[in-house]
Amino acid sequence: MSVAPSLLVVEGLTKSYGGIHAVRGVSFSLRAGEILALIGPNGAGKSTCFDMLNGQNRPDTGHVRLLGEDTTGKKPREIWRMGVGRTFQITATFATMTVRENVQVALISHGKQLFNIWGSAPNFARGEAGRLLELVGMGGYADRPCGELAYGDLKRLELAVALANQPKLLLMDEPTAGMAPRERVDLMRLTAQIAREKSIGVLFTEHDMDVVFEHADRILVLNRGTLIAEGSPAEVRGNPQVQAVYLGEGLVYDSRHREGASA
Amino acid sequence: MQLQPGPPMAFYVVQFLTGLASAASLFLVASGLSIIFGVTRIVNFAHGAFYMIGAYVAFTLTERLSGTFGFWGSIVAAAFAVALIGVIVEMVLLRRIYHAPELFQLLATFGLTLMVEDLVVLIWGPDDLVGRRAPGFKGAVDFFGQNIPSYDLFLIVLGPVVLGILWLLFQRTRWGVLVRAATQDRDMVAALGVNQKWLFTSVFAVGVFLAALGGALQIPRDAVHHAMDLRIIVEVFVVVVIGGLGSIIGAFVAAVLVSELNAFGILIFPKISIILVFLVMAVVLIVRPWGLFGRPEAPARKTPGLTVNPWRPLTSNERLAALAALVIAATLPLFAGNYALTVGSEIAIFVIFAVSLHFLMAVGGLASFGHAAYFGLGAYGVAFLAKMAGLPMIVCLLLGPLLGCMGAAVFGFFAVQLSGVYFAMLTLAFAQIVWSIAFQWVSVTGGDNGILGVWPEKWAASPSHFYWLALGVAALVTVALRVAVFSPFGYGLRATRDSALRSEAIGVNVKRMQWTAFVISGTTAGIGGALFAYLKGSVFPDNLGISLSVDALVMVLLGGVETVSGGVIGAIVYKALNIWLVSQTDLSKLVLGGFIVLIVVVFPKGIVGMLEMLAQRRKSTSPPGASLLAKPIESAE
Amino acid sequence: MRARNYFVGAAFALLAGGMAHSALAQEIKIGEINSYSLLPAFTEPYRKGWQLAVEEINAAGGINGKKLVVVSKDDGGKPADAQTAANELVSSEGVAMLTGTFLSNIGLAVSDFANQKKVFFLAAEPLTDAVTWSKGNKYTFRLRPSNYMQAAMLVEAASKLPAKRWATIAPNYEYGQSAVAVFKKLMSAKRPDIQWVDEQWPPQGKIDAGPVVQAVAAANPEAILNVTFGADLVKLVREGNTRGLFKGREVVSFLTGEPEYLDPLKDETPEGWIVTGYPWYSIKTPEHDAFLKAYQAKYNDYPRLGSIVGYQTIKSAAAILAKAGSTDPEKLIAAAEGLSMSSPLGEITFRKIDHQSTLGAYVGKTALKDGKGVMVDSSYKKGSDYLPSDAEVEKLRPKD
Repeated sequence: MSVAPSLLVVEGLTKSYGGIHAVRGVSFSLRAGEILALIGPNGAGKSTCFDMLNGQNRPDTGHVRLLGEDTTGKKPREIWRMGVGRTFQITATFATMTVRENVQVALISHGKQLFNIWGSAPNFARGEAGRLLELVGMGGYADRPCGELAYGDLKRLELAVALANQPKLLLMDEPTAGMAPRERVDLMRLTAQIAREKSIGVLFTEHDMDVVFEHADRILVLNRGTLIAEGSPAEVRGNPQVQAVYLGEGLVYDSRHREGASA
Repeated sequence: MQLQPGPPMAFYVVQFLTGLASAASLFLVASGLSIIFGVTRIVNFAHGAFYMIGAYVAFTLTERLSGTFGFWGSIVAAAFAVALIGVIVEMVLLRRIYHAPELFQLLATFGLTLMVEDLVVLIWGPDDLVGRRAPGFKGAVDFFGQNIPSYDLFLIVLGPVVLGILWLLFQRTRWGVLVRAATQDRDMVAALGVNQKWLFTSVFAVGVFLAALGGALQIPRDAVHHAMDLRIIVEVFVVVVIGGLGSIIGAFVAAVLVSELNAFGILIFPKISIILVFLVMAVVLIVRPWGLFGRPEAPARKTPGLTVNPWRPLTSNERLAALAALVIAATLPLFAGNYALTVGSEIAIFVIFAVSLHFLMAVGGLASFGHAAYFGLGAYGVAFLAKMAGLPMIVCLLLGPLLGCMGAAVFGFFAVQLSGVYFAMLTLAFAQIVWSIAFQWVSVTGGDNGILGVWPEKWAASPSHFYWLALGVAALVTVALRVAVFSPFGYGLRATRDSALRSEAIGVNVKRMQWTAFVISGTTAGIGGALFAYLKGSVFPDNLGISLSVDALVMVLLGGVETVSGGVIGAIVYKALNIWLVSQTDLSKLVLGGFIVLIVVVFPKGIVGMLEMLAQRRKSTSPPGASLLAKPIESAE
Repeated sequence: MRARNYFVGAAFALLAGGMAHSALAQEIKIGEINSYSLLPAFTEPYRKGWQLAVEEINAAGGINGKKLVVVSKDDGGKPADAQTAANELVSSEGVAMLTGTFLSNIGLAVSDFANQKKVFFLAAEPLTDAVTWSKGNKYTFRLRPSNYMQAAMLVEAASKLPAKRWATIAPNYEYGQSAVAVFKKLMSAKRPDIQWVDEQWPPQGKIDAGPVVQAVAAANPEAILNVTFGADLVKLVREGNTRGLFKGREVVSFLTGEPEYLDPLKDETPEGWIVTGYPWYSIKTPEHDAFLKAYQAKYNDYPRLGSIVGYQTIKSAAAILAKAGSTDPEKLIAAAEGLSMSSPLGEITFRKIDHQSTLGAYVGKTALKDGKGVMVDSSYKKGSDYLPSDAEVEKLRPKD
């Protein structure tokens, strides 16, 4: 894994709003097949950082390179075309369409058929859509209207949609937020498994420390817009600065909670 | 127009003050509309009707109550009385449909407006009524040789006073805080346990009160008549949008801006009034997409539980049924007379028009308020080609719609940069600009008198042949648009409607998809317009007018905006009923308006939407266990 | 469609009441279209006028012994709807001719329809010159004095005024534009010394009167031509009165003397305007007396100009049908061309050359009497005296 070239290189990202630095000089890199977590307390700049990677937001200074190509300031759809899939903190799906249709739209876009006005969309890449749904365990829901799905299922659907363009990189903003503990574990296991199989790099932000410490290969800790720690879960857990930031806030509780849960 | 020696400075001051007086009346009405929209998200088409009723009631009262107190008391009493009517309308009608699809309330208020226009004539008679002058404000004040009506001065003071009162109401009362909160985030206020029902009712009452007060205050300077509502409603919408929806200050600034531009504009371009407000709105929206003081609209959250039936192509049985319906329709010439066939042609043409807008609204989620522009451009395209170039009919029919296509390409490019009501209003502005060009450019378009003599050639001249032509094209267009709905493009377009955010995140260029849909829709409307020119043998600016755009909206909403082809049924029902009523009674507006209001209450999902729901209910109750995976029936066209 | 026919049938049966079936065959039907729902202020008196005419005609034995029936339709103010109505009248009702219409564009739309479908059309009200001239056709006749004729009548009086600096105020659509154009042309021909110092074009029905009045006043004209009417006129007059626009200025105004437009002004009626109109209270001719008496007896109301137009439209139609002795359009045209008849305003003739009737109008001055607007010093201007020469008309009208 260590020999794989860097998939994503972030250099000196900075963003400020009205004189307040939301993100200051953040740099890191991500290899193919690696699962990287970006954590930090509320207001640490995770979302701002994330949005600058996926094109939602433009950095004041700094660069984002994907497979050697500079993607700084590109639009979300252009970044997607370069092989980046993403999921949202609050799920964004096509509520009036069925589960399968949601995936088909992504496949249509991937196949550059968006302006095909005569073809038959219901039959478009039906097999591929089915495989993707099977992959995330949603095969049985293909014909359900998306608006009827439970929240956890929507998250899994989002994952299937994010995988439609055979991404090299997955950006997941709080992938397990709002899910039951059992669902969280399932979803992240699934993600990790897919990432390793397909050698996809995954960057995710997360509040749930169980999820982070169990599934991330590496962890980045952000506080007040700057990166204060980076390393393996064990390294980060032992980092006094991180403990100071999180003290009384979640880490201690979370680890206890985890012990209790796994017992 | 050179003002030779140059009028004195005092003239410009007085012109400015005159503009402010006009702004004051506009502001009163506009602020009410803005408040109502901000909180309830209702596009209150009936706002002009309340303004008009305010004037009528005030007229009656001021004629009966004498003296200073009698006059001013009447004005205020009229506003309160009409506000009470507003409360009743809100409680009886609007409350039932807050959860209906967006814009459905527009249909309800449109129906009310139609009814009111006939009712005021029934109650107050057909003549223009001229009321009393305001006691104490009858004359004029001399200002360096220029006369300013004292009533204008009164209005100039009143405008900011009302603005101040509203400001205090919103800043200093609990009610105001709730209203502001609801303007920002409706769901949040509901979640906080506020009684939303009464909040909405009270807001509606305040809005109507302001409209009626605006109408009542016209008594000393205007004539009261049954078309007052139409005279003001569009302008008021424009002012609200320029100012930014929900912003009272915005409404005030926009009213002043529009009135002053008009007051000084006519000194240089005397013909500018007809188009000015729309030009201002188009420019403002292109530069500031949410109006001067507006904020970006929060993406509308889906009402929980309101899921649309998944769309699917017709099954082979349904296709056979649709084909059978078409065949039956095609046999009409065997037993119907010329008049019925011509009416049939007209309905077929309106089916084309309705499905074109339906495609944009239902699939693209873009409600155009100016769709007649492309219909009319298609008609004018045919008229130009036939009358000026003398081309044969078939060529005209093929090329004429291209004018609609081009118009849609140009205007659509700007319009799709916006969304929601702002999109709607920009399309309206463009349509009005096109309309006023057709209306004013007499040497090319014939102006108001139109272009005559665009009759079909021999092969299509007989009513039966023309009927088959119109029916055939309508069927083709409907099928083609259905194919487009279920094409990859259609899926992509629905995706942009459901979530622009997600669409962009999967590589969809949302604006370009919407623009393409706009052009498709505009071209289709142009096809309808081209046929319409030949059906009527003439083209008039009416064919581009607001009332035709509203007709299209009504047809789509009536059919059901959440359906694949509801526009077809909506067009047939609305147009047939309209033609029949106009032929049978002078009170067609009263009956049609009543019918629309009834439909809104009984079928809040539109006619086809309702049929679907019934079919779905039957299906899910009959075969046990099949409910989950059962595909609900789509359309019954 | 079947259901529709059934309804029409039912409605008709109700209207016809207990009439014997044989009577149906002895009927002549005339189709009538007007903007009843859009312009009730004009069309209500108009309807009363034609209903009176129908009653009188049938009381006098009908048309060559056949009962006259008028089938009336609303056009809602839309040319397209007027054509639908015309189609229904011709195709379903089988009317012998079409009559009516108020707005110019609707008049033209029906006229074009008549030309295409070869149906006789007697336009009642539309004023545009195009109806009989540039877009005239052999199937279309018109009753009311056209824009040109009214302009010529006003110019006759206006040219005698000393005023040299003129301003115009007209609604911004074809009627206003052509009224101003004709007035200017005829006026400048008679008075080359005249200067046109300002023109205002408020949108029809949406005048913002204050700024318009100010703008005209700023140009300091000696005389003003007004073409606005209806609610626009009310606003203009009120603002003009308050701001003193009309003080010391001559005003010449189209149509303002018609009761439809003058009466609503009540005590705000400006005095001394030179106007065209219909002073029903001061017309003392036997023809008019008879009409007035019959009208007041039937409706207990005074007539408006619309009443005259409605009345005379149906009277003219009946006269044409009676002379033709047939409902064949070609025979109707032959009968109508050159046909003379009496009217409440005196004898009129439908000219062969352009199918315009010679019905005239009254020109007089506005005045206030008992808090109401009236026309004084009025005199009847025969339409035939205010039309251009035959040679000019030939040039204006396309060959049939």
